[in-house]
Parts: sequence; C-alpha cells; structure tokens
Amino acid sequence: MGQSDFTHALLDPAAAIPNGVIDPQGLPTPKRFAVYRNNVAVSLTDALEAAFPVIVKLVGPEFFRAMVGVYLRQYPPTSPLMMFYGDQMPDFLKTFEPAQKIPYLPDIARLEQAMRQSYHAADAQPIQPSVLQDMPPDQLMGSYLHLAPAVRVISSPWPIYAIWQFNMAADAPKPEMRAEDVLITRPEYDPYLTLLPPGATLFLEASKDMSFGEAYEQATKIVPDFDLTSTLGALIAGGAITAISEIPK
Amino acid sequence: MLDISHSFDRLPTQPGVGYKAQHFADIMADAGPVGWLEIHAENYMGDGGRPIAQLKHLAQRFPISVHGVGLSIGGETPLDQDHLARLKHLIDWLNPASFSEHLAWSTHDTHFLNDLLPVPYNDATLNRVVDHINQVQDALGRRMLLENPSTYLAFEETTMSEVDYLAQIVQRTGCGLLLDVNNVFVSATNQQTDPISYINDFPVEYVGEIHLGGHDEDHDDHGAPLLIDSHGREVVDPVWALYDHTLTRTGPVPTLIEWDTDVPDWQPLASEAARAERALSKVLA
Repeated sequence: MGQSDFTHALLDPAAAIPNGVIDPQGLPTPKRFAVYRNNVAVSLTDALEAAFPVIVKLVGPEFFRAMVGVYLRQYPPTSPLMMFYGDQMPDFLKTFEPAQKIPYLPDIARLEQAMRQSYHAADAQPIQPSVLQDMPPDQLMGSYLHLAPAVRVISSPWPIYAIWQFNMAADAPKPEMRAEDVLITRPEYDPYLTLLPPGATLFLEASKDMSFGEAYEQATKIVPDFDLTSTLGALIAGGAITAISEIPK
Repeated sequence: MLDISHSFDRLPTQPGVGYKAQHFADIMADAGPVGWLEIHAENYMGDGGRPIAQLKHLAQRFPISVHGVGLSIGGETPLDQDHLARLKHLIDWLNPASFSEHLAWSTHDTHFLNDLLPVPYNDATLNRVVDHINQVQDALGRRMLLENPSTYLAFEETTMSEVDYLAQIVQRTGCGLLLDVNNVFVSATNQQTDPISYINDFPVEYVGEIHLGGHDEDHDDHGAPLLIDSHGREVVDPVWALYDHTLTRTGPVPTLIEWDTDVPDWQPLASEAARAERALSKVLA
C-alpha cells in the first residue's frame, strides 16, 4: 500500500480499495476504508460550507453539498490551513454547468473568500481621523495612502453588496440589477462591507503606487463626479488607513 | 500589547479542554475545573485578527497546549517545510506549555486530506516517522508529544504492534507520548484486541498528556463493531473506566476533554472536565 494509492482511493469514490488494506481477520474491508473516505469528504464539505454561507443560501444546502463534492475532488486542499481552503471556488463556479443559472455566484464567492482573508489578516493601528482633517491640502495631495492588511476591494458587474446584505442582514431590500464595488474593512475583528461610490475602485487601485492627488486625478478622468468624501469616510470608519505618508508603500 | 512573557512552562495535573471560540467569555468568567487549554495549531496560523487576539488573552491566564493536526508526521513525502516554519513561528511567539502531534499522515505530495490517516507499522515506516519527529524537534527546539491514533483498518504490511512501534519511536527520538484513552478504546475494538493489555504494555513513563473524547458506534462489512472517533459527544463509561485504569499506571497526568463536532455549551463540557478532575483527585490522594 502506497500513500499515492490511498490518496487516490480516498478522493475517488469509484476507485478500488488500496491493496493490503484489511480487517483484523485479514479480509477485505470496504466499509472500514469508507470511514476515511467519508471523513475526508465530510470535513472538507463542512469547511467549505462554513466558508461560503451566502453561496449556500443562494443555491440551497443540498445543492451546495453535492456541488462541493465535485469541487473537493477537483481542487483538494494544497495546505493544512483550512481557514483559506476554497481559493478556486470562483473559477469553479464559472464553469460548473449546473450552477450557470446564477451568473453572479463567482463574484459572491470572491467576496466571501476576501472576507475570510480579511478576518485573518495582520492587525494594524489606524490613523486618527484628525490626521487627515488637519493636513494642508497640498501636502495631502502629494502624500501616499497606506491601507491596513485587512482591506480588500471587490468589483463586480453584479449587485454583490445588495445580494450579500439580502442574504445575511435582516430587513435588507431586494437587490436591483446594477454593478457594485464593495470595500471590505475590519474595524475590529469582524470584516465590514461598504458599498463604494463609482470611481472609488479606480482611486484605490491607483493609490497603490500613486500619490493621493494623482490617484484622485485618475479616478475623476473616468468618473468626473467621483465622491472622494464618502470614499474617505468609509476608509476612516473602517479603520482602514494606517498612514498618510510622503513615502510610497 | 499583552504580556505573555510569563509563559507557563508545563501543563498542570488538572483537566483541560479543547478550546472553542464560542466558549471564550465563559472561560474568562469562570473556567471551573479547567486548568489549561488546548488549541489546534493550524487555526492560529493566520496573520492576526480575532483568533490570535483571543489566544493572547487566554495565554495570559492559562497554560496552553498546542496540538498540531497538519504536519503529516507519518507521511511518505517529506515534511512540508513551509508548514513547519509556520508552526515554529507560532511556538516561538506563544511559547506554549506543550506541543503535540499525531502518529498519522494527512498530506501526500501537495494534497492535504484533512484527516488523520493510518500508517502500517514496520521498520520502513518507523524510520520515516523517526526522521520526521527528529526534524520537528530540531526545528522547534523542544520535545514534542506524539499521540496514538484511532484506527479503522489494518495493513498486511504491518509487522509490529502499535505499542512496540511507539516505544521504539520514543527510544530513537526522545519524544514524549500523548496517550489518547478514547483512541485506545476505539482502536482496540476496531482491531479486536484488548485495551487493558494495550495500557498495561504502554511505556507510561513517557506520557505527558492524556486525551478523552466521545465516539460513535457502527459496524463493518462483516457485522463486527466499528467505532468512529467523532469527538462529538460525552466520553462513554467504558472509556472512563479505562481512564481510571490508565491513571493507576501513569499516576496523575494532565487530561484533556476533546469535543470538536456538535460542540455543546460551556456547562456540559465543564461537567466532563469535572469528572476527569474527580478521577485525577483519586490518584493524587
């Protein structure tokens, strides 16, 4: 018995039981091997169910468990860190035929995976809001925005913020069709979602290697009425800004 | 910044429980008979956030046992060096009272299977396990405890008993042992051997920790009893009896209640710990 054969037989329910695997009497023992097969499938299914609660709601728990039975065989974990298992879920949902009726599933999966990454990201001390308010405009425009490791931005042609809220928050309105970009911050220990105004994603993307002023210019070139105030408000409320510095990150 | 520099250097001879985040407030308010906590190493390998923050709080108050479930010490393929480095990082900053892992494998090539898979007991696998434990102890700069597994099947390739195998590992690596009494009961039932003989033959002088947990009952293809190590319910009476017998040989040993699935409220878990405390107090007296 090699562990290659054992691994293959664990992941493929149709595969034969590995040679040399017996019961105490020396007899072949499919049901005993099936305990391990079941442990692997159930533990990975449970991990994915905990990871993607909105996907579970959107497709229903029965469909979800059947679907991830396919996923876990196509993409077994490649690391013992189960808290991040599921990186390929967005790609999988793009091609898994029975899920094609709900075209926004891959983007919801991206959002949920980003929230898990945010939850486990390094802690960081945010700046006081007064730092931003007190900075002379010229100095601000030449400075660079440093964001906390827990910050993520997910853009989608689908109303992913509204869909997430509708499934996870009480009394949320029914989603209406539009493109939505979501900011994930972690004010304390729980990731928090904010709907970003048009242009904010351009601004935040540009801020990675441009000064505040250059990034603002980039955003307003494409979205002339880009709302900088509400974007900064969301970042500050989420404790997302760790520094405004003359030095790029 | 929390100060955990006064780290506890050993587990006390008291009951501990496997830590679950939903019990954080109860434990901080009144841990009852529980004198220490065990965490699964892999759940604390993120960069920050709530898990690490909670662990820092707990480590100020309680000795912590770090229990790995992902090193794959029984694996055919070399140890995952990235994972070993992550483990070393955790052990270095936390400086826990104890570190333990399993006589099992869970990774093959790049596949992590998230289960504790069985190893045939023979010279070839023994050499591999010894080599892996030596690597782990060298990397971490500390002695580890190795846990006996619960097993559901046997191998034609096996040439020695589990107890002999563990005894040889101890001799060749200097590691200690984590004796899971529920696993002894589960494996003995499944392998149709005698759990009392297993305990009587066990090299008890190397036992640094005991585990107790719940199991489920099933049957194999031929109608023989097949117990499943589920950690999803109370410890059953025959396992408590085997624990009492174990303590007569080991003397008092830090004892953990494991409850990992269908996790109850704090009180039922604390009651299990209280039962372990009563058993320990009999041998302490």
